[in-house]
Amino acid sequence: MSIKNPDAIVVGAGWAGAILAKELTEAGLSVVMLERGPERTTAVEGAYPDSVDELRGAVRHRLFQNMAKTTVTVRNTPDQTALPYRQLAAFLPGEGVGGAGLHWSGVHFRAAAEDLTLRSTVVERYGEKFIPEGMNLQDYGVTYDELEPFYDKAEKVFGTAGTAYKVNGQVVGDGNVFAPSRSDDFPLPALKDVYSAHLFRGAAKEAGYHPYSLPAANASAQYTNPYGVQMGPCNFCGFCSGYDCYMYSKASPNVNILPALRGNPNFSMLTGAYVLRVNLDDDKKRATGVTYLDLATNKEVTLNADLVILSAFQFHNVHLMLLSGIGQPYDYAKNEGVVGRNFVYQTITTSRAWLSEKQFTNQFIGTGGGGVAIDDFNCMNFDHGPLGFVGGSPIWVNQAGVKPIAASGTGGGHGAPRWGEGYKKGLVNTYKHAVAIDAHGSNMAYHDIFLDLDPTWKNAYGVPLLRMTFTWKDNDVRMNRYVVGKIEPIMKALGAEKYELGMKKYGDPFDTRFYQTTHLGGGAVMGTDPKTSALNRYLQSWDVSNVFVIGSNAFPQGMGYNPTGTVAALAYWTAHHIRTTYLKNPGPLVQL
Amino acid sequence: MPPSHLVPSRRTFVKGLLGTTSFWLFSGHQGWSDALASNADSPYSPAYFTAAEWRFLQAACERIFPHDDVGPGALDLAVPEFIDRQMNTSYGRGEDWFMAGPFQDGPANLGYQLPLAPRDLYRHGIAATDSYARQQHGKAFADLAATDQVAILTALEGGAVTLGNVPGRTFFEQLRTNTMEGAFSDPIHGGNRHLGGWVMLGFPGARADFMDWVDQYGPAYPFGPVSISGETA
Repeated sequence: MSIKNPDAIVVGAGWAGAILAKELTEAGLSVVMLERGPERTTAVEGAYPDSVDELRGAVRHRLFQNMAKTTVTVRNTPDQTALPYRQLAAFLPGEGVGGAGLHWSGVHFRAAAEDLTLRSTVVERYGEKFIPEGMNLQDYGVTYDELEPFYDKAEKVFGTAGTAYKVNGQVVGDGNVFAPSRSDDFPLPALKDVYSAHLFRGAAKEAGYHPYSLPAANASAQYTNPYGVQMGPCNFCGFCSGYDCYMYSKASPNVNILPALRGNPNFSMLTGAYVLRVNLDDDKKRATGVTYLDLATNKEVTLNADLVILSAFQFHNVHLMLLSGIGQPYDYAKNEGVVGRNFVYQTITTSRAWLSEKQFTNQFIGTGGGGVAIDDFNCMNFDHGPLGFVGGSPIWVNQAGVKPIAASGTGGGHGAPRWGEGYKKGLVNTYKHAVAIDAHGSNMAYHDIFLDLDPTWKNAYGVPLLRMTFTWKDNDVRMNRYVVGKIEPIMKALGAEKYELGMKKYGDPFDTRFYQTTHLGGGAVMGTDPKTSALNRYLQSWDVSNVFVIGSNAFPQGMGYNPTGTVAALAYWTAHHIRTTYLKNPGPLVQL
Repeated sequence: MPPSHLVPSRRTFVKGLLGTTSFWLFSGHQGWSDALASNADSPYSPAYFTAAEWRFLQAACERIFPHDDVGPGALDLAVPEFIDRQMNTSYGRGEDWFMAGPFQDGPANLGYQLPLAPRDLYRHGIAATDSYARQQHGKAFADLAATDQVAILTALEGGAVTLGNVPGRTFFEQLRTNTMEGAFSDPIHGGNRHLGGWVMLGFPGARADFMDWVDQYGPAYPFGPVSISGETA
């Protein structure tokens, strides 16, 4: 197959890639999108009733990365030997058209203003010395006000449902009192509260907190987005996370953007195209294109282009930069280099209340992005001075549709039998009458937490695996324990018959066997200083100016919120600056 | 074992079916109904597991997920059949896992590091557990009293027993995980017979439309489950 060299190559068909491809074709560029996985469409992967099969979907990972071909290695500390992550468990990268944007839940946040300026804000309030030793606390180099129009654009493309608090500085609704002002309301009203969310809203209010509806890219009504594509109203079937939404209600690149691209003669997509590297010219200042392996023929193909967009999943972007020699790899021992530095994740623990036997929480009813949250202990919304940690965590009920196999893992909660006598009693009681409350918090970057290339293991294509060095630090455990303690008054106000508070424990290493979140971040972060960031504030490589790297890899630390909203806003932000500035005069958008 | 009246045999099921659908016999489906009836004469024959392994699996699954007054057990729900069928999928063959070497031991929190696919883990784990049972009690696992079976499974779970190169806990967790999957997955995969697992939990299966119950605050969802193939309970 011969493909004409395009103006731009986009690597990865997830949210970031779809947004960049749409924007670049609008600017008149020809674009080839390369996706390592297969084509995916709702008519196939979302076809009801086959699509609502828990075993095939969330358990056997129908839409996720095929681990047989490639994975990462993981260790907790730099003195350990990292071992392959052989079975999907702790985090679940996607594969195929839509990427993680096809199997996500739909929680669609904007960052808090202080998330983006976290270092400056902490230093301003508490001084430099407040930052723990070894923590690489950094600003994004972009502010909320600069990103606001792009958050707004993304919400309109995604059909996001929510309740605003402030629009243009005026209080307009019962939304999140901690959220910054918006230029416009959400395109759709908030989803209805399921019973558990309804109870949480009342109990949180009674406890003196400020509950709000989670912003959700699960359509609360029929919707047509600015690209002219349609979404159907969510029916709370609960098959969101891990599934292709059969109702066309959950936003995905497949539903919300790609239909507007597919007919465009300037756009073509190749699936089964595994990008091996970005090719650079001799002085490593300019990319000439990419080389990919055509998985159907097992042949290497080189495509040339003036512009290369890396928009694969977070760690795949970092992996490709390391394999291609874009930017200086992070050297932990010397504390130099930037590619692989500031690798971050997210903390999450679940607490649980058991209600009376007359109260059925019907936990299978749900929607991936829906629910009720409080931000009283997120970000900089509370005084950290006497607490001795950086970061925070929203607390929420996000009943996303609990399926039976997943429920069997929870059983009757901590301390209940895991099998045999007494197991089923606890399981059934919990499934029918419990409410799960999560603390979904930040994760700070540290000097000895990073990504690099593994010296031993290679994937099925002969490529060295990416190596993760990651564990939990006391700062984040302290944060989690403090925030989870604040759930107790909610439990009391709920009238729970019993409850358990799920907290992280000091010294527990990162465990790859149990699901955390798929919200990995950093490793190729944006910023204002090339010594501490791989990308400038326009997500452009400092070193190779015709390569832009879009994704949560750009986050200098993990925020309490889910990342997709900010990934999408950054994608539109980058696209805007490519269109308005870069294309007129290709070269670095930030001069040093 | 559960009381036999709670475990309808295939024969009873198909007899019932034929009794109410006699039009088959008059509309050219004689061959089909014969095939169904003859299939009903024999219980499920495992395609992967040997006879000895099959006896182990039936006993172990029932201990993990026993029949009791809360609801059906693993045998009622055809969990062993589910597991046998899984062994001949890409999952059972380990094709969903990264199985490239080198294989090296490490701390448990870095996850599974054995060169064994699920089907190999069962083959090895069952043989080793049976020989442990013989060594401790003089009989194969399936022939032991329930309390002894529970004691062995507890020892595996607690990490007190190593099965050759395989930690007992690893084998136990594989068995426990697949047992739960068999009890609660759609019957299309061979388990959750008659939707018994879902009825027990109150899960409505493939209904997947709850607009009418989103804001019904308190009462139980009123409709029983439906499967992907349209079976109801």
